[in-house]
Amino acid sequence: MFKIVRKNILGPEIVQMEIEAKNIAPVAKPGQFVILIVHEKGERIPLTIADRDNDLITIVFQVVGKTTTLLAKLAEGDFLCNVVGPLGNPTDIETFGRVICVGGGIGIAPVYPIARALKKKGNEVISIIGYRSKDYVFWEEKIRSASHRVIVTTNDGSYGFKGFVTDALKEMLNEHIDRVFTIGPTIMMREVSKLTKERNIKTVASLNSLMVCGMGMCGTCRVRVGGETKFTCFDGPDFDGHLVDFDELIKRLDTYKEEERISLETLRKEIQI
Amino acid sequence: MKLIKEQIPMKEQPPEVRKKNFEEVPLGYTKEEAILEASRCIQCPVHPCVSGCPVHVDIPAFIKAIKEDKLQSAIDIMNETNLLPGVTGRICPQEDQCQALCVVGKVGDPVSIGRLERYIADWEFNKNQGKKRVSISKIDPTGRSVALIGSGPASLSCSVDLVKMGYSATIFEAFHKGGGVLTYGIPEFRLPKRIVNYEICFLQELGVSFVFDFLVGRTATIEDLFKRGFSAVFIGSGAGAPQFMRIEGENLDGIYSANEYLTRVNLMKAFKFPEFDTPIKKGKRVAVIGGGNVAMDAARTSLRMGAEHVYLIYRRSRNEMPARVEEVVHAEEEGIEFMLLTNPVKYIGDEKGFVKQVECLRMTLGEEDASGRKRPVPIEGSEFRIDIDQAIVAIGTLPNPIISITTPGLSIGRQGEILADADGNTSIKGVFAGGDIVTGSATVITAMGAGRTAAASIDRYLKEGS
Repeated sequence: MFKIVRKNILGPEIVQMEIEAKNIAPVAKPGQFVILIVHEKGERIPLTIADRDNDLITIVFQVVGKTTTLLAKLAEGDFLCNVVGPLGNPTDIETFGRVICVGGGIGIAPVYPIARALKKKGNEVISIIGYRSKDYVFWEEKIRSASHRVIVTTNDGSYGFKGFVTDALKEMLNEHIDRVFTIGPTIMMREVSKLTKERNIKTVASLNSLMVCGMGMCGTCRVRVGGETKFTCFDGPDFDGHLVDFDELIKRLDTYKEEERISLETLRKEIQI
Repeated sequence: MKLIKEQIPMKEQPPEVRKKNFEEVPLGYTKEEAILEASRCIQCPVHPCVSGCPVHVDIPAFIKAIKEDKLQSAIDIMNETNLLPGVTGRICPQEDQCQALCVVGKVGDPVSIGRLERYIADWEFNKNQGKKRVSISKIDPTGRSVALIGSGPASLSCSVDLVKMGYSATIFEAFHKGGGVLTYGIPEFRLPKRIVNYEICFLQELGVSFVFDFLVGRTATIEDLFKRGFSAVFIGSGAGAPQFMRIEGENLDGIYSANEYLTRVNLMKAFKFPEFDTPIKKGKRVAVIGGGNVAMDAARTSLRMGAEHVYLIYRRSRNEMPARVEEVVHAEEEGIEFMLLTNPVKYIGDEKGFVKQVECLRMTLGEEDASGRKRPVPIEGSEFRIDIDQAIVAIGTLPNPIISITTPGLSIGRQGEILADADGNTSIKGVFAGGDIVTGSATVITAMGAGRTAAASIDRYLKEGS
């Protein structure tokens, strides 16, 4: 069993949990993820490992559907049924030179261990992190500690620069940049990749496909990269952003939109009763 | 006594009823039926059936015991070589194995060995009320531990033998439930999960440890397992990587690998959505691509999920279908629409990205290929489209590559299979492999046989190699 040791609310519907996972924490590397199940009749959902410490892994998630709603209801001391990992390939961390990490929303959490590792490897790390508004800002200090420069953006300008991460990125690309890493909403990663492609700057996107198995046996997470079908769980989750078919990915992410709505509505009714 | 030439039929749920439920299709023999069928075995002195069985069950002996209504001794004989008769009696391709060689088969139907096997397994299950209590003779513990990777048929059978020999056996399973393909792949109506759970509980009682949520290759490598104190490792991780046809539109929404479709339904219970959280699309017009057992399972499952039309699209003819005859017959009876000598060439989607049509080509059979089957050849200009809202690709699986890419020094074949000799030895000392990870997709009983062979090799290695 996997004990929830600490729980913090980071913002509106944004929850951080530290979970005891003795087999996973000591071997987890930046960019890897876990699949967890919240209850006996639960689904398997992938979440990126945002940090680790001894026997604990940190996850940060936003409450969007039934599973994350149930997960957010758990308290410190509660247990998760199942957590498997670390899954996927670690992010390729080398000495590239000057790099930009672009994180959006909940994707900012998994940016942290990557930025930290890149900095430790001797890179000059510039982080661009975008939030919806001031209320949603979390882990700014952690990102600062892992970067040389940080640009914070909010959509409404209530904190930091007003605009999207891509607005800030556009300016940054006037400098010499060796590599870009991006994690966040698929549309954001698509736009980031479009910008960097124009300037031919290698960009690594960490994809968030739907998944069931996490071990390459089901193909739920298949994604088209450079015209070839890859499995996010097995071949990724990091791919060359210039080669990913983001539009296909966006459509695939919507496959179960209707079922997700039914699931959440059913849960809300149950809670009311 | 005059020989009854026909097999005693086993009662089944009628097709019209069963296609709307997930309950098992064949209902099992009564005592009278079983004794009658057992009496058809002439106890011939050569018993070729035994050599047709990958684990060499003493078939005439257990059948004789059934005939004499000595069911405990029948199950004991069975358990000597096969601890999962409830599984193999249901899903072994008997017509290609033991029954293919039956002497009675030369003058009439072969003895229905599979059904008799199931009969004694069910008898035991009912007698024990679902909780097996079999005492096996264990030798003194050797104090050595063996790690087994994957909890499918190969590891299950290997672990039992290891425990019997006095080793401690720990099975590492990546999923949250045990059984491998028996649990995620084969549907409830063909292999009730209570049977699989029964066998796994039995193994646990014998002392086999199960560690779930542990993906060897990611959570720990094989090298790590040795560092953790295991003296030998058995790889039984199966052939779980789904193949696609790599044709246009194959990533449209509503197109599944059979593994995904069956895992959602069988392991995650998506057929009970929204009581269970895992969703699945309930297609009304479903195309299933392939002609093997998995294709039949997927087709019959989608029918039970409420499909109005299920088209089974297979590029060769019925004769070349690799599926068990019983599965093909059941699928036909239930109304699966077979589109033989037909091959998909592309999928067409709607504006939202969901599949709406599949374009196919008609095929004809040409020369025999390497597999001995006639090669399908496309008929030019024969393209036609079928309206569908779901497709399930069941064209086979390859060995899962996670272990091979994370284990330096492990020799791998061209299809990604782990190279092992007939005793299960791999290129690494102390590392053994068996089942589909070595052979590619084969049968449950073959994997069980390989597991047993590897257990014997591990025993030799640990005795002599130390």
